[in-house]
Amino acid sequence: MATTTLRPRSTSMGSSTRAGRRSHPIARWLKYGGPVRFLFILPTLLVFGLFAWWPIVRSLGISLQQTNFVTTRWVGLENFTRVFADPLLGTATVNTIWFAALALVIGFPVPLLLAVAVSEMRRARGIASVLAYMPVILPPVVATLLWKAFYDPSSTGLFNSIFGSVGMDPIPWLNNGDLAMPAIVVQATWASFGTATIIYLASLMSIGPELYEAAEVDGAGFFRRIWHITLPQLRSVILVLVLLQIIGTLQVFAEPFIMTGGGPENRTVTILMLIYRYAFISGDYGRATALSLLLAVALTLVSLIYLRLTKKWSSS
Amino acid sequence: MSLIRTAPEDVSAPIPGPIPEASARRMRRAEEGQGDRSVLSNLDRRDPVKRMLITVFITLVVMSLIVVCAGPMLWLFKAATSTTNETLGDPFSLWPSGLHLENFVNIWTQVEFGKYFLNTVWVMLGSLVLGVSVATTGGYWLAVLKPKGSGFVSALILATLFIPGVISLVSLYLTVIDLPLLGISLIDTFWAVWLPAAANAVNVLIVQRYFASLPGEIFEAARVDGAGPVRVFFSLVLPMSRPILGVVALLTLVGAYKEFLWPLLVLPSPDLQPISVVLPRLASTTEFAPFMAALFISSIVPIAVFLVFQRQFLQAAGNAGALKG
Repeated sequence: MATTTLRPRSTSMGSSTRAGRRSHPIARWLKYGGPVRFLFILPTLLVFGLFAWWPIVRSLGISLQQTNFVTTRWVGLENFTRVFADPLLGTATVNTIWFAALALVIGFPVPLLLAVAVSEMRRARGIASVLAYMPVILPPVVATLLWKAFYDPSSTGLFNSIFGSVGMDPIPWLNNGDLAMPAIVVQATWASFGTATIIYLASLMSIGPELYEAAEVDGAGFFRRIWHITLPQLRSVILVLVLLQIIGTLQVFAEPFIMTGGGPENRTVTILMLIYRYAFISGDYGRATALSLLLAVALTLVSLIYLRLTKKWSSS
Repeated sequence: MSLIRTAPEDVSAPIPGPIPEASARRMRRAEEGQGDRSVLSNLDRRDPVKRMLITVFITLVVMSLIVVCAGPMLWLFKAATSTTNETLGDPFSLWPSGLHLENFVNIWTQVEFGKYFLNTVWVMLGSLVLGVSVATTGGYWLAVLKPKGSGFVSALILATLFIPGVISLVSLYLTVIDLPLLGISLIDTFWAVWLPAAANAVNVLIVQRYFASLPGEIFEAARVDGAGPVRVFFSLVLPMSRPILGVVALLTLVGAYKEFLWPLLVLPSPDLQPISVVLPRLASTTEFAPFMAALFISSIVPIAVFLVFQRQFLQAAGNAGALKG
């Protein structure tokens, strides 16, 4: 929108503009409030420069350095070779992918189906949205610690009491290598499904009624309407949310960090937890940054492959 | 307690009664709300068998939502007001020895929970002021002033959205520990949380989009009348942008309240730590019942705020989706 520009226009400025046009561009910039206008972008430039752009650029350097605050020396690719030499890297990679896969299997259908159900509600829609969004409001730390209490391994833990009432033996949820990660995924999904539900619901409510009417006239039943109208209309939102979810879950940290600290037997150690340990337990910033860069490259590749694979569906 | 401000009748039982008055109201609403048409048509809803199926299904969905989403909060209240032994002995016992409000007193006096809560408030307020300032001034420059180079700056800001945040976690920490040019460390100051939080590309982009959609002729007219860029910003742009400022403020406050890893890294001194950083430590050092009280306080505050501003929250969440979509 060109009309919103506040840069002085010559027509309304009269003779002073003619004088200004002859002068040096910097003099003109100073004369027409350039410094005042620049003050508006200065906070953004400072904050993004120092805390967004510079750290990203600097990562490339740190990954090739060994630093301990006093001295810094260039070590080439040594940090990367040390990352690959860590026997935990494979474990952490498998765990992280396992977490992301489980989170997708549970976390994708739940909000979508729930949003479709909520969109069919009339009187209960408001209360259903509020309920679904409530866990999202809780800080992840609070939700995780609360669920850690639910997963208490004793027979009087909350979940064990519920399952015990139908005759099941107590299950050591977070202490069992096979169950710990799924248990964390269930908690993480509980804490986040509200966001996707509300976003799906907002798109569902914007689908034009004429589409459904046309399908109804053509004799399409409930499920065929969902399959042929609802889902295709949601596809761009679905595609973006699934990609964001994959990228987000591959960077999971707080939930396993608080619930299990990576145990039992490293079955819930994630890549981000390794980065945390390298940097803030061992003080090995170069190695941590090298692994960060590798993860970032992997995430970019995943996004590109995802966009490639879904290209056909998104453009059809 | 009324959960819905706009339509109080929604709080009543989700099952629509068969009384003619209720169904008349439902029909009226269906006719009014033209965009209210969803997969099911009004024709479907008039069919008695289908209507019963829909009612049963909706009741089941709402009831499971109550159990799954409100249930943990209700249980947390119970655990926060029972003794440790009562809850650990039987998690579903209902106050066998009455309400134990002393858990709240204990957590407040023994571990100075109030101090950590105040730290959280400081973290949130600072993030709010800085975040909104950066987003509005930056958005104004990018969308309204639009001098040469604004496209480039806009692209640089957008780029940070596509670069995974993990890439800069460690280098951001090293930057905060030793600020370039200034050479000072922000560790153990709230600035270490506030400033990086202000570099929020989503906020800048939301505000920028909104500012760009404002009628530019008004600003042009004000400028012709002699109003400078500062005057236009404070007297026109900001007052016209209240709805979007509310959205940005909510997103920033919730974000600051939920933050865990970053404040854990840059605020090692317990005197400055917000509750999200302190709670995991309390989990292992505090008795069970007072700890549940701490968890309850930490959840009831945001939930109460959410229930009061639910419309704004849900709109902000939906808007964020529109930006992503």
